[in-house]
Amino acid sequence: MAQLEIKDLHVSVENKEIHALMGPNGNGKSTLLAAIMGNPKYTVTSGSITFEGRDVLSMSVDERSRAGLFLGMQYPQEIAGVTNSDFLRAAINARLDKPMPLFKFIKEMESTIKKLQMKPDLAHRFLNEGFSGGEKKRNEIVQMSMLKPHISMLDEIDSGLDVDALKIVADAINDLQKNQEMSLIIVSHYARFYQLLKPTHAHVLVDGRIVVSSDASLVERIDREGYDWIEKELGIHIEEEKETIKTTVTSLGNCAAKVRKGE
Amino acid sequence: MENNLPSTEYKYGFHDEDVSVYNTGKGLNEEIVALISKKKNEPDWMLQFRLKAYRKFKEMPIQNWGPNVQDIDFDDYTYYIKPSDKQEKDWNDVPETIKDTFDKLGIPEAEQKFLAGVSTQYESEVVYHNMLKEVEEKGVIFLDTDSALREHPDLFKKYFGTIVSYADNKFAALNSAVWSGGSFIYVPKGVHLEKPLQSYFRINSERMGQFERTLIIVDEGADVHYVEGCTAPSYSKDSLHAAVVEIFVHKNAKCRYSTVQNWSSNILNLVTKRAICYENATMEWIDGNIGSQITMKYPACVLAGEYAKGITVSIAVAGENQIQDAGAKMIHLAPHTTSSIISKSVSRNGGKVNYRGLVSHNEKASYAKSKVECDTLILDKQSTSDTVPTNIMKNATSQIEHEATVSKISEDQLFYLMSRGLTKESATQMIVMGFLEPFTRELPMEYAVELNQLLKLDMSGSIG
Repeated sequence: MAQLEIKDLHVSVENKEIHALMGPNGNGKSTLLAAIMGNPKYTVTSGSITFEGRDVLSMSVDERSRAGLFLGMQYPQEIAGVTNSDFLRAAINARLDKPMPLFKFIKEMESTIKKLQMKPDLAHRFLNEGFSGGEKKRNEIVQMSMLKPHISMLDEIDSGLDVDALKIVADAINDLQKNQEMSLIIVSHYARFYQLLKPTHAHVLVDGRIVVSSDASLVERIDREGYDWIEKELGIHIEEEKETIKTTVTSLGNCAAKVRKGE
Repeated sequence: MENNLPSTEYKYGFHDEDVSVYNTGKGLNEEIVALISKKKNEPDWMLQFRLKAYRKFKEMPIQNWGPNVQDIDFDDYTYYIKPSDKQEKDWNDVPETIKDTFDKLGIPEAEQKFLAGVSTQYESEVVYHNMLKEVEEKGVIFLDTDSALREHPDLFKKYFGTIVSYADNKFAALNSAVWSGGSFIYVPKGVHLEKPLQSYFRINSERMGQFERTLIIVDEGADVHYVEGCTAPSYSKDSLHAAVVEIFVHKNAKCRYSTVQNWSSNILNLVTKRAICYENATMEWIDGNIGSQITMKYPACVLAGEYAKGITVSIAVAGENQIQDAGAKMIHLAPHTTSSIISKSVSRNGGKVNYRGLVSHNEKASYAKSKVECDTLILDKQSTSDTVPTNIMKNATSQIEHEATVSKISEDQLFYLMSRGLTKESATQMIVMGFLEPFTRELPMEYAVELNQLLKLDMSGSIG
């Protein structure tokens, strides 16, 4: 049983900031995001996560979502027999005192689908069932756009998207960020995606630790030079994930991911 | 955690004061059988039929397979109760207490919206019967079964008891002896009904058996959709429901029979449902089982004519102390007949849900084709499920396909839905509803909505 530990990690995300989270595969990026969202596969043994002054670790997954956290997943689940619209309406109403009027919901869903340039029948299709990889990713952004989170964590949301779709998704993210208070933590391997989103901060995660933090120039350097320079300059050994090892249990130790929204 | 969740108290578990004007008291003997027939002013052949069936019932053993129902004390039930003297045609004439019950079930609204006719069984006798002009004008007969015997004796006698014999099984024999109420439908040649015909059934008396008898005849080239709904108030004592449904689908005709039984958790629901399909006829059973303590129900299609087609789409949901033993039977007796069975089962809170099915292709059923798909979702470790399929092929050209899956709710799916703000309870509900969707989409809209409500209610507290 392989175990990955994330430790000594301090990240603080302020309002409207965009953080690029980089690093070779298998070093804890997805794990970190999943743990912040509360995926039961991961145990946080010590440390703290706070969001708008609230203790995230004491909240259930759904409470985290309703508080304003969002995780755009690398492998979105397929749910047979549940339409996208039924699901999204339930998700929206779960965070409202009074249910959203049906007409308003339909209008909003239609315009969001249009913005992401997906087929109009999306609303009536089953949640991700039979979707292509790219469609699933775009559907994550449809959900994000409609749920309007304060902190959006996007885990390789650009993989599986062609150049045009990448632009559409980036536009939708930028749009949402422009119109409301939203911060982003983005995991991606591609500079092109970052160029479209213009991160304000960048971090490199190696073996569960943040080894470098900087501004967007870090993204460009990694795009140019890869991660080898980190090994040389910082004297850190980088181990890439081996295909055969599956991470089944991961603990998040000594972690202080501070996620905060400015007043 | 379980204690903090909403209770699963039976939603339709209200009961109104007893308005019955006559009942036979507990127990059964030849005198009571004769009395039932006399009270109904039946012709002698029906009295003789009832007595013959009663004697068969006395000598037949309870079947020794499936859930254990050996301990039924047949002397502890009331076999006939008559609620009021005449049958009502006008809603205004229906007694207030009965109306209240119907109001709670929302029947008048349902009727306004899409019903072509309502025949509501209250206890053993139909008290409210109304048909829209459209249906009457087309020559369709939609009556309670007792009235049909009086008003259409020849048609009745030609079909009654011919596909489900009084000797078929002990509960069919019991029904044949004491049957009362139920629906009778005759759709003349070539007549298509756009709207479904619908009837609600209720049991409203403690320890009272309900033995309705339904007879549907769809003549050549005709098309009908019959919707039967069951809700029953909850009582602490056992109650027995043993219905018989016989359906005749003639050449090129089509019949769809949709039902969702939601008997309260003390009812033994032992039903014999069988359809015979002649040349190029289609029978569709849309069969939902949510309630009851024990259900044994295997709607059957006898595909007797070439190119006849049988379809069953069914769900069974078993909770605490419930056994749903349900399935389907497809008997192929002619060439090029086809059948399909889709069965979705859910067990939770220690419930037991079984799929029990038969697909039989006999020597004459050359080039017959059948497809069986059984999926089971087990929600917790206390709950169980068995799949008991029997597939018989007696010729070289036919084919049977059988697929079965058993699964539990996936952690990844739960996390995904919860990460969008749904509570664990509503996320679980959503996954279960999605699982049952192949069934719900077959129901008329209003029924689908009601079923979803029932399931939500039924699911509350299922997470622990």
